[in-house]
Amino acid sequence: MSWKDLALGCTLTEPGTAARLRTGDWRSMRPVTNYELCNKCGQCYIFCPDMVYSRTAEGYYEANYFYCKGCGICARECPKDAIQMVQEEK
Amino acid sequence: MGKRVGMEVSIAAAEVVGLCDVDVIAAYPITPQTHIVEHLSELVADGHLDAEFVPVESEHSAMSTCVGAAAAGARTFTSTSSQGYALMAEICYIASSLRLPIVMAVANRALSAPINIWNDHSDMMMARDTGWIQTVAENGQEVVDLLLHAYRVAEDPRVLLPVMVNLDGFTLTHMIEPIWLPDKDEVQRYLPPYKPQIRLDPRNPMTFGPVGMPEVYTEAKKAQDEAMNGALPVIVEAWQEFEKQFGRSYHPVETYKTEGAEILLLTVGSVSETAMTAVDKMRAQGRNVGLVRLRLWRPFPAKELVNVLKTAKAVAVVDRAMAFSTRSGPLCTEVKAALYDHGVSPYVQNYIAGLGGRDVTVEDFEMMAAKTSDGLAKGLPMGYEIVNVRE
Ligand code: SF4
Ligand code: SF4
Repeated sequence: MSWKDLALGCTLTEPGTAARLRTGDWRSMRPVTNYELCNKCGQCYIFCPDMVYSRTAEGYYEANYFYCKGCGICARECPKDAIQMVQEEK
Repeated sequence: MGKRVGMEVSIAAAEVVGLCDVDVIAAYPITPQTHIVEHLSELVADGHLDAEFVPVESEHSAMSTCVGAAAAGARTFTSTSSQGYALMAEICYIASSLRLPIVMAVANRALSAPINIWNDHSDMMMARDTGWIQTVAENGQEVVDLLLHAYRVAEDPRVLLPVMVNLDGFTLTHMIEPIWLPDKDEVQRYLPPYKPQIRLDPRNPMTFGPVGMPEVYTEAKKAQDEAMNGALPVIVEAWQEFEKQFGRSYHPVETYKTEGAEILLLTVGSVSETAMTAVDKMRAQGRNVGLVRLRLWRPFPAKELVNVLKTAKAVAVVDRAMAFSTRSGPLCTEVKAALYDHGVSPYVQNYIAGLGGRDVTVEDFEMMAAKTSDGLAKGLPMGYEIVNVRE
């Protein structure tokens, strides 16, 4: 985007644009869930500060890497050690 | 019709701000600015001015108040000095980056340590890179005129930048001078009502001051740089309109007896009036000396300045602040850069004078002109000197 396209004072004139902010770009580690160990307790869903997890039809929790910034909180909170943080590769 | 009054300059500054129909005034008292906001509080308390007067607990809050109010679409004013400006500086960057047309009077004063409440240009120079437009007054009339001009420029949709009007502490703020004070009608004819381009409004939500990732920050600064450079013609245009209506003229760079001058003194602020007396005296003695006064500090009118300086053999730049730079004060550094950019190279001497309220006299200007002329004649290296420092 050219500097000419910026709104006055770099203002965001359209509300709700935070939903388009790809916080996943900041990540160096990504959480990977081993569903063999998962007991569907939902702790990962509750503790994730970015609302990354959503519940699947089978009751498991799935990460949306568009928002996951790799903080590792989910892996730390999981009571079953089902979540491993693995190195992000580009 | 306006009226001619004998008035303390700070009171006159407050009066004209009141005539500008400000909506929000943030006030924190700091010497020698205090009388300006004090008188505004009287105007509000006495019902002469319908504005929110916000007495804040620090200058940081003063500028924060102005930023919030301006973002909501209010016409705002505050005033500061020295350490107060230093405390406010963080928010000053935000005001300019958000393109908020705040107007602030800075009663120029030296920075600590040692604690010194008297006049020099340390605060003006510290504010150099904040992205504010900066004009400088030489006397009380100019303070009034430049404040009125400041709102007109700041709120112009082609500009939308905050404007700082510099006036020398005590030497201007606390003097009683003859001042032509415009009336409300005259002010309104010159200053249209403020119509914000964008503003915070719950019916049309938007975000001011979002995070700017590395992918966008550079572009944001470029846009600001363009706005600042683009402000110069608008500033000049507003001065031309001012002259049409009020008969007093202002220019980014002003000259006094520069015709055929070999040595030019370059000054900023109220000391220029002493320099004029010195030039009169030297001219009467047949010495080819003239004076150049910088009216506009930001945006820096490099081309206009070089145009005036290029005909001289030598320039004596009088700085009133330190830069701890390469043997140049803040003004001289910029002057040398402008000359270099334009391929002009007169002999330049830099004098640091009048720090922390030290008097700069007619004799001092004569000395600076004589030394510059001597250095030029003898081919001495271009000099840098703190005037009247005791060895
Ligand atoms: S790593 Fe952090 S951001 Fe990513 S899913 Fe886990 S808790 Fe959420
Ligand atoms: S916290 Fe662990 S066990 Fe609980 S739902 Fe998430 S992955 Fe499964």
